[in-house]
Amino acid sequence: MSVFAVDPLLAGEVGLEVLAVVLFKVLVVFVLLIVSVMLMIWAERKIISDMQNRIGPTRAGPWGILQTLADGLKLIFKEDLIPDNANRTVFKLAPLLTLVPAFLTFSIIPLGGDFTDKDGVISLFGNDTYLQLADPPIGLLLFLAMSSVAVYGIMLAGWSSGSKYPLLGSVRATSQMISYEAALGLTVAAVFLQSGSFSTHTIVSEQSVWQWNMWFTGFVPMAIFMIAATAELNRPPFDLVEAEQELVGGFHTEYSSIRFALFYLAEFMNTITISAIVVTIFLGGPNGPIFIDAVAWLWPILWFTVKLFALLFTFIWMRATLPRFRYDQLMDLGWKVLTPVALGWLLFLGARDVANDRGWNPVLVVGVAVTAFAVFGALLLRAVRMGKQVRELEEMRG
Amino acid sequence: MNLLALSLPAVLAQSDSGDLLVAQNIAFGIIAATMLFSAWRVVSTNNIVHAALYLVIALAGVAAIFILLGAEFVGVTQILVYIGAVVVLFLFGIMLTRARLGDVESVDHENRLIAALTAVLLAVVMSYALIDSFGDTRIDIETPSTTQAVSDSIFSDYIIPFEAVSLLLLAALIGAIVVARREDGS
Repeated sequence: MSVFAVDPLLAGEVGLEVLAVVLFKVLVVFVLLIVSVMLMIWAERKIISDMQNRIGPTRAGPWGILQTLADGLKLIFKEDLIPDNANRTVFKLAPLLTLVPAFLTFSIIPLGGDFTDKDGVISLFGNDTYLQLADPPIGLLLFLAMSSVAVYGIMLAGWSSGSKYPLLGSVRATSQMISYEAALGLTVAAVFLQSGSFSTHTIVSEQSVWQWNMWFTGFVPMAIFMIAATAELNRPPFDLVEAEQELVGGFHTEYSSIRFALFYLAEFMNTITISAIVVTIFLGGPNGPIFIDAVAWLWPILWFTVKLFALLFTFIWMRATLPRFRYDQLMDLGWKVLTPVALGWLLFLGARDVANDRGWNPVLVVGVAVTAFAVFGALLLRAVRMGKQVRELEEMRG
Repeated sequence: MNLLALSLPAVLAQSDSGDLLVAQNIAFGIIAATMLFSAWRVVSTNNIVHAALYLVIALAGVAAIFILLGAEFVGVTQILVYIGAVVVLFLFGIMLTRARLGDVESVDHENRLIAALTAVLLAVVMSYALIDSFGDTRIDIETPSTTQAVSDSIFSDYIIPFEAVSLLLLAALIGAIVVARREDGS
């Protein structure tokens, strides 16, 4: 039991009342995620429409806000097709495998709670608790594990469809997601180094109103995290997985009805979850100034929501602005730029911490770091260029 | 496999020391049974992708048992490394090379007797090594091993084995690249 005892709710005797509170939290988080996915899909369509000089959905509800609901209902009532060639069990399993990790990751996000005075503890029906579903000590490792498990859904969807284009789409998706996981993990490691903990709750409480990990880690990890996350999500400009001009619809070509809706939901749910993770680890989570004491509990939730919206808008903005990458450009960016830079930056942050610890001259440390970066960067560039030349020579010969 | 099957009744027998142990033993029983079944299906199924998926279940069982023992860092690492990377690469390789659907061909192999023998031998050796080195030492389940403790022992007491393993893995990585690149070189 002591594994879960970080939350004050579970520290004492676990009775029926505590169980009820936990169930309530599960329900709230579930409904919250579903509703925000609904709004996110609508917002994305509306904002992209605006950016492209279109109107977007207007019919269902005011400003078309119920469009997602209408689409969902329509999809549910459509015929559920399973291709003859499909591997039935795996075909049915795949959408669930994409959806479940998305839900699980959201459970470790601190959604609110005053972190300046009360260590994020709120009172729910007379019980002290954190405003997050779970705070396991392994925290963010769960996020990394879930993002690597999420590969299965897409991969198996493509394979089990028993058709060419889905298979190509899922091969692309798998290699893309594996490649960018390296950069993702290394930037999260920078946050671990800064906060000294895996737990999302501790990471948030290590930050304060304006002192965010984004500044402490020097902005580079956050930029790399955002790019790698876009690739993990298979969102434009990295949506080669479902590039409709090349692959019909990518891994979910053969899916229809509710199963297609599940993939669609999972994609947007993952976008929200990853944005929430960025808010938590780089932007101080629910931390923020509290103005009116009477509704003190509201402010952290408000700040969290504002930060989340800003990030979601950035993702939508990127989708509307950037053209799709070519496949080799995608791989080059992942392996030859993001991963080495993330690794180098991690080493730099480690050196900074050691230097602080030992009281070394900061100017000297920065000087050595910059020199080392320049030397290794030049070596890497040279290696990449030589590899390219060798390949061109081989192509010319054979 | 042998070890698990033998130790299950033994663990269930000593369940009188509290509700927690009972719950843990029941969980262990369920997990162990699932693992045994899926491990058996890995070698008995005719569909190679299904075999890989059953392997995922078996490995997830290992992670679950680690978490049950309070070693959550090892448990999550198990998921990250084995489920998130190793089996994904298996499946990737399968999809790129022989992604035919259904039970098209038998994946049975003529060497299966030798393979079975190796498996039993391995089980015996590993059980012997486990029992010989730990005997009836009990794990303290009440205080879970923290990540800090794990990293402290890796980077102090076991730093040389750790570095040796890292170097070995690096050598294996480079070796794999060299082997893979040889075909088009000549």
